[in-house]
Parts: sequence; C-alpha cells; structure tokens
Amino acid sequence: MVNLLHDPYNLIITGVGGQGNVISSRMIGNMLAAKGFKVTIGETFGASQRGGSVMSHVRISSKATLSPQIPVHRAHMVVSLEPMETLRVLEDYGNQDICVICNTRPTHPIGVISGRLDYPSMAEMEGRIRELSRQSWFFDATSMATRIGDPIFANIIMAGALAATGDLPLERSLFEKNLKSKFSPDKVTLNLKAFDQGYAMI
Amino acid sequence: MSVLIRGNPGDTHLMMGNEAIVRGALEAGISVAAGYPGTPSSEIIETLARLSPNTDPDNYPDIYTEWSVNEKVALEVAAAASFAGLRSLAVMKQPGVNVAADFLMHLALSGVRAGMVLIVADDPGALSSINEGETRLYAKLMEIPMLEPGNFQEAKDMTCWAFELSERLNMPVLVRTVTRLSHASGSVTLGTLTIPDRRAFFRFDGEVLDPMEGPIMTPPVEIKHRSQLAKLDQAAEIFEGSIFNTYEGPEAPELLIITTSICDLYSREVVNLYDLGNRVGILKLGTTWPLPSRTVLERLKTTRKVLFIEEVQPFIEEAVKVLFAGSDMVGQGMAGSGEAGSGTPGSGTAGSGMARPGIAFYGKLSRHIPMAGEMNPERITRALETILDLAPGLNGGYPVGQAETLPIPPREISFCPGCPHRASFFSINMVLALDNRRGFTCGDIGCYSMGMLPGGFSTLKTLHSMGSGSGLASGFGKLGRFGMNQPVVAVCGDSTFFHSAMPPLVNAIHNKSAFTLVILDNSGTAMTGFQPHPGLPVDTIGNQVPSIDIEKVCRAMGALTRTCDPFDLETTQQYLLDCINDPEGVKVLILKQACALSPQKRHTRSFEVKVDKELCIGDACGCNRICTRIFSCPGLIWDGESLRAEINEVLCVGCGVCASICPSNAIVLKEI
Repeated sequence: MVNLLHDPYNLIITGVGGQGNVISSRMIGNMLAAKGFKVTIGETFGASQRGGSVMSHVRISSKATLSPQIPVHRAHMVVSLEPMETLRVLEDYGNQDICVICNTRPTHPIGVISGRLDYPSMAEMEGRIRELSRQSWFFDATSMATRIGDPIFANIIMAGALAATGDLPLERSLFEKNLKSKFSPDKVTLNLKAFDQGYAMI
Repeated sequence: MSVLIRGNPGDTHLMMGNEAIVRGALEAGISVAAGYPGTPSSEIIETLARLSPNTDPDNYPDIYTEWSVNEKVALEVAAAASFAGLRSLAVMKQPGVNVAADFLMHLALSGVRAGMVLIVADDPGALSSINEGETRLYAKLMEIPMLEPGNFQEAKDMTCWAFELSERLNMPVLVRTVTRLSHASGSVTLGTLTIPDRRAFFRFDGEVLDPMEGPIMTPPVEIKHRSQLAKLDQAAEIFEGSIFNTYEGPEAPELLIITTSICDLYSREVVNLYDLGNRVGILKLGTTWPLPSRTVLERLKTTRKVLFIEEVQPFIEEAVKVLFAGSDMVGQGMAGSGEAGSGTPGSGTAGSGMARPGIAFYGKLSRHIPMAGEMNPERITRALETILDLAPGLNGGYPVGQAETLPIPPREISFCPGCPHRASFFSINMVLALDNRRGFTCGDIGCYSMGMLPGGFSTLKTLHSMGSGSGLASGFGKLGRFGMNQPVVAVCGDSTFFHSAMPPLVNAIHNKSAFTLVILDNSGTAMTGFQPHPGLPVDTIGNQVPSIDIEKVCRAMGALTRTCDPFDLETTQQYLLDCINDPEGVKVLILKQACALSPQKRHTRSFEVKVDKELCIGDACGCNRICTRIFSCPGLIWDGESLRAEINEVLCVGCGVCASICPSNAIVLKEI
C-alpha cells in the first residue's frame, strides 16, 4: 500500500442535491478500498437532497475506521460541483493548507431565483476561494459534461481532476476496472472520456 | 449489490451501514422482511427487494420482502413469520415505532418464536425528518433487549447475532441505528450466509404458557409479564460477556467516556486527534438495554470523572447514574446527598464534610453536551476542553480574522424542476388567496412537507405526523359552530393516504366535518425512492398485483371526489374553488401527476421550453416577475443583465407549467 500524503486523508465532495455526489464518493471510495485502505464515507441523503446543499466526507486511512464526519477545519481537499458550495465548505472545514477543485457552473438557490437574495459573482468567489486555499483549480465541468452527453458526467470530470493532483492513488486503470464492473461498454467509454478531460484540467 | 449475496466469507467490502444490516440478516438466514419506507431506513428493504428471487431464482435467497401499508402492519407481518417458525426482520424509521408501538408492546409480552429483529433507524439532528425522536426509550418502555451498532462491521455482526439472542429469549430484539451509520459507508468483513429450512407451520395446540407450542397471546398478563422480566434479566446476564461492549484506554483513566452507536467513532476521533489516549478511556456499549451493570460498574470504579457521549436523549447517562446510585460505590447515607452523580464540574470528592470517593458525571444533564441536535467531533472537543482544562482553539483552520468568506445565500430545499407539488401548491395558494377568508392548509409527511417553505409558497400552516393533516382538518372542520369560517384544506400523498389518512377521512365523513382533502398522487412513495404502495399495480419486487383505487375508495366512503392533473392549473383551480365554496361535508380532490424523478418520467420531456425575449418585457410587465419571484422553479433564471426571465437548460425538465402562469405568454412551449 502506498503511503498517503496525510493519514487520514480527508476529502470533501460537495454540490447541490441531484448533481451526483453519492455516485462520486462511492466510486472514489471503492477504488481506494480496493487498494486496501480503510475508507469511511459520511453522507446524508433524503429530503436534504431536494435542491439543498450536499456534502460527502470521504476519509482514507491505512490504520483505522474513522468517524463519518471530518472534524471542522480538517479537510485536505474539496472537490466542488458548485462554486458557492465551495465557500460554504471552506467556512467550516477549510484551513491554510487546503486544496480546491471547483466547477464554475452556478446553480442558483430558490432565494436567488425569486430575487430575495443575491448570488455572488464568479470573480468574487474565485478570488475568495484562492485566498482561502493553498492551491485551487477552476473550470466549467458542467459545460464539458454536457458536450460529452449529460451534465451528470461533471462528477467524473471532477474525479479525473482529483486523480491528476496525485494526492490519492486513483489510477485510470483502477477507474476503468471499476466502471466495467458496473456499466455497459458504451457508458464505460463516455465515463473514461469524462475522466480524461478532467485529468487534463490539472 | 451482488456482494451481499456472492461475497465470500472473510472478504472485506466497502458497504453502506444499511447494506451491512442486510448482509447480517442474510447471514442469519431470514425468510421474511417487512417495512415502511422512511429515511434513513429505506435502503434495507429496498436492497432485500432487489435480491428477491424474482430477479434471478438460481442465485438469490428465497425471501419474502414486503413494503407494508404502514409500520404496525410491517411488524405484524414479520411477527407472523416468527410465530410460524421463520426468522424475520421488521424495518422502519423512528416515527414508525410510534405507529407500531401498540402491537410492539403486546408482542414483547406474548413473545416470539423464530428469531425476530426490529431494525429502527433514528435521525439525530433531523437530517431528513421533522423531529429527532429517540427510539431507545422504547426498549425500556416495552421491556425488550436492544443493541446499538457502533460501526459498519458491527451493523452486520449485531444484526446477525440479534436473531440468535431473540431465539434464546423468545423475545423480539431491537437494533437501533442512526443516519450517520445507516447512510455512511465503511469496511465490512463478511461472514457465512445461512440457508435455513424454510418450512412454515404455526403450532397452537400446546399449553397456553408453552412458548413454542401454545397459542401466542398476552394473557395471563401477570404471569407473562413476570416471565418477560425474567428474560430481560437473562439478557442482561448475556450482555455482561458481550464482545460488543469494549474498553480502550489506561487502566485508571482520568476521564472515562461512556458511549454508544456512531458516537464511539467520534469519541475515538477526538481522543486521537488531541493525543489524549493516556488520559482518557472509552467504554463503548453495544448492548444498551438492559445495561450490563457489572461491566459498567467495574469501569466506574477505575475513574473519578465520567463523560457520556450519546444521541439524542441522555438515555445511558440516566441509566448509569441510577446504577451508580444503587451500587456499593455509594456508601450508606450518601446516596442522593452528595455531589456524586450531580455532574458538578471538577469535583471528585464529597461536599458533606466527609472525604469519600465520588464520581463527577458530565454529559447532557450537566449541559457539557447540548441536549438537542446530533453529536459531532466538535461537541466532544468542547466538552473535553472544559473537563480536562485543555487549551481551546485546537481546531486549527485559518488565522483569526481571515476566515470570513463572502456573504453567501442559504440553499433552501425546494421542489425539483417539474415537480407536480409546485403546481399543486401554486393552485391551492392562489385559490385560498382569491377566496380571502384566510383559509389554510394542513400539511402531512412526504416531499410535499416542503410546502411549508418559501419554495412551496409557505402554503402549509400545520405539519405533524403521518395522516395528521387529515385528522387536524377533521377537527378544524367541526369548529364552524364556534364561528370559524376559514376554509380548511388538508393535503396528503398517495402513500400517506393508505398509511394513515384513511381513518381520519372516515372520521370526518361520519362526523359531518367540512374540509377539502387534496391528495397529491405522484404515483409512488416518491420522497424515499419510489417504493410501491397499495395504490399501484406492482408489489415490492415488481410482480403484478391488484391496486386499490384511491378515487373509488374515497367515493365508497361517501366523499365528493374529483381527479385532475395539477399541471392543468385552470381546471385544478376551478375544482378547488368549487370545493372550498361548498360549506358542507368532506370533498376530495385527487391531483394526479407522476413525480418528475419517477422512473417513468426521468429523462423524458414533454416540451422544449423557451423564453421569447421580445414578449418578456421584464419589470415593465407588471407581472412582478411571477415566474421567478413567485413560482420560483429551479428551471427558471432571472437574468440580472437583460432583466428578462430565462430557462436554465440544464435543470428544466420541460413540464411546461410556467408557460401557463406567464401573463405575457412569453414562455413558449414546443412539443417534443
């Protein structure tokens, strides 16, 4: 088993209900569990997902089973499917050494759609995220995913980007093996395309 | 999924807590499982349904799995199997136990035969509930044994062992899980699957008191109750040696944490993070009712400070304090007089002038841990900082003053794009506003509970338990004689209708109450993942079965009943107006339209929706942005630059409802 950059390594995958957090966290968790790591994934689903903020805590260790909640300010990486949700996570779990991979496509909350509240500009958000992280990457994963065929692929694009950071041993071959056990060959091809496009963003 | 059936003993897999429970039940060789959907418990029956013999008869176990009409019936269905000699599982979320409680109390007294386990998933912090109800008190109230798994492995192992325990005692056994375990995933090493002899036969010819051969009933009550209590004592004795109760830490810790369930992992996390392993010991209890008293007292003797980490009520905290008060650790004349057990911080000796050993108890009762809300590492950290006098601020993060982020708007949950409930509530709200007598709507349990939020136009004015909207409306509808002339509306979903809205509807009709029941029929138990219910022509595993027609049921009861499509706003509003204008009797309006996420609708669009930029005149229209400001479907955007509405093409599902609310006809539909 390779040594982890941090043990435990605390990853947060965040976004809005319906963007597919659970698919993403499970896939990454399965890949690392297959390598022999002890993985704990903390998440909640149900009503909280109806357009609400969602967050998966993925914790990877070579030693012990960890709690499903990362202690505050102890995350190492935030993979975010929605820019404003990145800031929400940083507020509670951020620290000076944190890294961020951020999808720049906003999903407006009901309060913004109805005009009661303002959604911050991307420039403002990006600036603040950069200040609050050691390293950060920004790209429009939703547009990339739509071009591949479905906005849901944004998940896989983000996972590819995470793999490219080298923080976790998420090899493409392992990803491919994982996909083949679950999907038909045409879906595997599309998922790999998404993974590669994400990988190229880092 | 296949791992649950095909995984080999000794293999380790990443499993969701609920999947681990399923594997445990399969290893125990269950034959029958029944439940009613409710977050966070739903995946257990759902997973078993997927493993049903219907899918692959050669490879799957022969289990009868049922989504029952409600939790009480689920418990009864499972109990029948146990009576007939088959191991069985009943599954529900916490409020379901309230529904099943009447039968549970009698079942605890009558006893069971083959192993019967009740899995209950609590939701501390109300992450997906409208209460944070606590099931553990039921174990005490019903006088049945209870187990609380503390991690993923134990979720499997304890579920499996619970059946053995149930058979040793002839009692139903309660296994209590929580959202953070049921919905989290971790490593589980598999055991061996059991394929039992599944022949069912109910014996009833033996002596009345013969647990295995006689009839199964609660009388003679006193004799049965005495035997129940003796079995509970036996359970406590078995628990003394249980591998599910563990201690880790120094022999005489400065502070003893007593914890259970997922709180064990939080406790370990904090002790490790702050390197307190040489000062703090953790007693993790897995068998939490009845408490294994010797195991607990032995540990109490080694320390002067105890901290209880549990959720949500101080259940173990109170039980241990009672145990301590009655133990030989409290000398004569001291019980209840000193500060032992009082939770006074920092004190370890008696205050009555006489030196004696005492224990300071910390927890919810001493307010070192908040009474409400779920546990997390931070709550434990804060308690330890106070009790052990640690330097605060070990949490790290950003330098002081640099952590402020931008003001970011909250993300209220709301109905999905294309959700029929948005259209239904839009109409209800509109009609009640037009009527102008301050009519109101009583809510119920389902996705449509979000009708209380701005995204549902804050339509719901009461919200309680399953079926209560109709019960309350039945009561409100009788208050006319006291001068109340407000129109009364109740809503309930299709699954909720069968679960518990039928009795209040019968009550209302019989007692000549006056209100309108709007049944939001979206063709499934949508909120929890489209489990079938008696109104649908398919059963739990997809077999064709008779469906019960809601409209016919309501008509047969005697209610004036109509059905229409909530996407047809005009007809819906006209029908609603007719209903509330009729001061007499109970009217039922069934608004029928499948959930936007339902398997039959997902990835299908009725219309391509566009905003005609010429016709939309924005603020100049006088519509006051009715599409985005009022209707506020997530598929709509108010473009701050062009000051016009727009369609969010990623989110819009093409239901077309917004087109009928735009007064300028600027939202244009093209049929697909």
